[in-house]
Amino acid sequence: MQPKRRWAGAMALLTAMALALAACGGGDEGGQGQGQGQPQAASGKVEVFSWWTGGGEAKGLEAMIADFKQKYPNIEFVNAAVAGGSGTNAKAVLASRLQAQQPPDSFQGHAGAELLDYIKAGQLEPLNSLYDEQGLRNVFPPQLVDQISFEGNIYSVPVNIHRSNLLWFSPTVLKEAGIDKPPATIDEFIADLKTVKDKTKKIPISLGAQWTADHLLESVLLGTLGVDAYNALWKPGADWNAPQVTKALENFATIHSYANTEAASTDWQVAAKNVVDGKAAFNIMGDWAAGYFSADLKKTAKTDYDWAASPGTDGVYMWLSDSFTLPKNAPNPAAAKAWLAEAGSKAGQDAFNPLKGSIPARTDADASLYKDYLAWALEQWKGSKLAGSMWHGVTVNNAWHTDIDTAVGLFLQDNNVGNFQKALVDAATKNNAG
Amino acid sequence: MRRARTWLPGLLLVSPSIVAIGVFVYGLIGWNLKVAMSSWHTVISPQRFVGLENLSKLWGEARWDLAVRHAVIFTVAFVGGAMLLGWVLALLLDKKVRAEGGFQAIYLFPMAVSFIAAGIVWRWLMNPAPAERASGLNLLFDRIGLGFLANDWWQNRSWGMAAMAIPAVWQMGGYVMALFLAGLRGVSEDLREAARVDGCTEWQVYSKVVIPQLRPVTFAALIILGHISLKVFDLIVAISGKQIITDVPAVYMWAMVFDAHDFAKGAAIATYILLAVALLIIPYLVFVVRTERQA
Repeated sequence: MQPKRRWAGAMALLTAMALALAACGGGDEGGQGQGQGQPQAASGKVEVFSWWTGGGEAKGLEAMIADFKQKYPNIEFVNAAVAGGSGTNAKAVLASRLQAQQPPDSFQGHAGAELLDYIKAGQLEPLNSLYDEQGLRNVFPPQLVDQISFEGNIYSVPVNIHRSNLLWFSPTVLKEAGIDKPPATIDEFIADLKTVKDKTKKIPISLGAQWTADHLLESVLLGTLGVDAYNALWKPGADWNAPQVTKALENFATIHSYANTEAASTDWQVAAKNVVDGKAAFNIMGDWAAGYFSADLKKTAKTDYDWAASPGTDGVYMWLSDSFTLPKNAPNPAAAKAWLAEAGSKAGQDAFNPLKGSIPARTDADASLYKDYLAWALEQWKGSKLAGSMWHGVTVNNAWHTDIDTAVGLFLQDNNVGNFQKALVDAATKNNAG
Repeated sequence: MRRARTWLPGLLLVSPSIVAIGVFVYGLIGWNLKVAMSSWHTVISPQRFVGLENLSKLWGEARWDLAVRHAVIFTVAFVGGAMLLGWVLALLLDKKVRAEGGFQAIYLFPMAVSFIAAGIVWRWLMNPAPAERASGLNLLFDRIGLGFLANDWWQNRSWGMAAMAIPAVWQMGGYVMALFLAGLRGVSEDLREAARVDGCTEWQVYSKVVIPQLRPVTFAALIILGHISLKVFDLIVAISGKQIITDVPAVYMWAMVFDAHDFAKGAAIATYILLAVALLIIPYLVFVVRTERQA
């Protein structure tokens, strides 16, 4: 989840080479996985591809693997993780393997529209029957299943849930500014930002590199439009020209004007750290910040930092999820299904999530395993309406995602709301063809 | 048969590289051109031939125009800066200073650092935070009472790309110095003596005798810096990542291919980068061939 982009440059070269080699090797090795027949009982090897190579993510994966090995002693687990935050590098390697028709048995992807490129290219198998066998439709929230379905089919098993629409704040800075509770609406939020700016020397809202502005945008859209209008934005025929969208973008512009000047030179960690260090009042970031504050920075919840739903979004859970898939022509589909069953199981999700710092997608998780922020999140997950995160791959495919990022980047250059909205309208027209 | 014996071993020796270059350089350039002129805009879209449509559609697009503007500013600042720095250093060292080898090594050292490593250090040095949160150069300026020098570096919306050229100048300045120094040493002392005997001032010795002889070196330095500059990617990604504020064609190309999966557009951008570099390299090659023929 944590985007680290510094290695992208080095990886560019490696990836290009990997792609070239894969393209060459594809011809003679492509058919290897076929013709083995369907193994009756799950045995043999299962190769699982992910980008969980460090920190809590890797520990969580190991815990889930341990549970898997206990249940399926006949299956040898091959961990094919590729390093690099947000899966930037892993996705490039994966693309080359899929093109060479040498898929792993299962690979990680953000649940939702980010998988559409694979689905439309016919590279993924639908998992409806697995959902029925494992009873997953009854344990995932119905809205979640609906939001990850494409033309009636489900293509991935969500193993965890992160929340995007969260406002992190510094109790000490708010006290200094004389603000007694976190803002509940966008208007209150803007007023609070002004108060912080006038009364303290602290940063009103701390941001990082451009993508954190993309992240802010989805929370402001949700907070201004409300959950139904927000969800409708990503459906065919959505009206991005609506005056409410203009209002949301104006709110975004106003909020962004209170951001730290050096935002582009930092990333989300520094932006979030400003809050716990008492240098900034607010930060809007996903709940991986909670893990960063408590596990990495050893800060205390509620005293060093506190949180609320981002302004105007109380009662809505803007979610994103890591999920596992079944590629077409997977060498060992039976073992892959065993892995997917594990990823969807209560034991698997409860092994993985406390370490990863997220909550299970299942609503029947063991609540005693989740502390502090996660305990709160688990409660919220059960009772909230759901909205898919735009920036984290739920509602838009890769091309639309890139176009929105470009629109945001250009807006940060010219601060022109009119151009911004036009670019977003164009992006929707181009990419929202259903 | 005897003839074959003279040319065959040589051909066999070079043929692996001829084949490798043919496939991996010219073959891939050709493939890139084919993709650039196709409609391969998503993973699954059909690859029809669309001619120059992708190439012409880029112009007028806000992001592309900005990326080109950035590349031009960066190139002017980087090539100009590195040439000037290298030239001044070479002139100073040409005066046979003491410990000349030591100075040369110091000025050349930055070249040993990769753009990625240098970028990460300069990202910190050029942090534009105001004094209370400052780091790097802004903090230094603040501490030594030169606070007015503090600025927003590459985050300046209009001319930030010129600041982005500072690390590149720092890295390549020493290299240009080495080129010029070799050039200066190549001008024989006899010529300079002759000029002095004829009554030239020291300035005239340089402007009328030495500099005209350095034209090939200058040309070579311009080409080397120019093509690095037009293709710049790693330095930008290390310092700023993929942000529009420092977008250049190579970063845009990466975003199109690996993020958006719009292969045709990515290939079209790659074609422009290749063309820009070719505009530099081809006149140089012509020049080199012509000089060699004369010699």
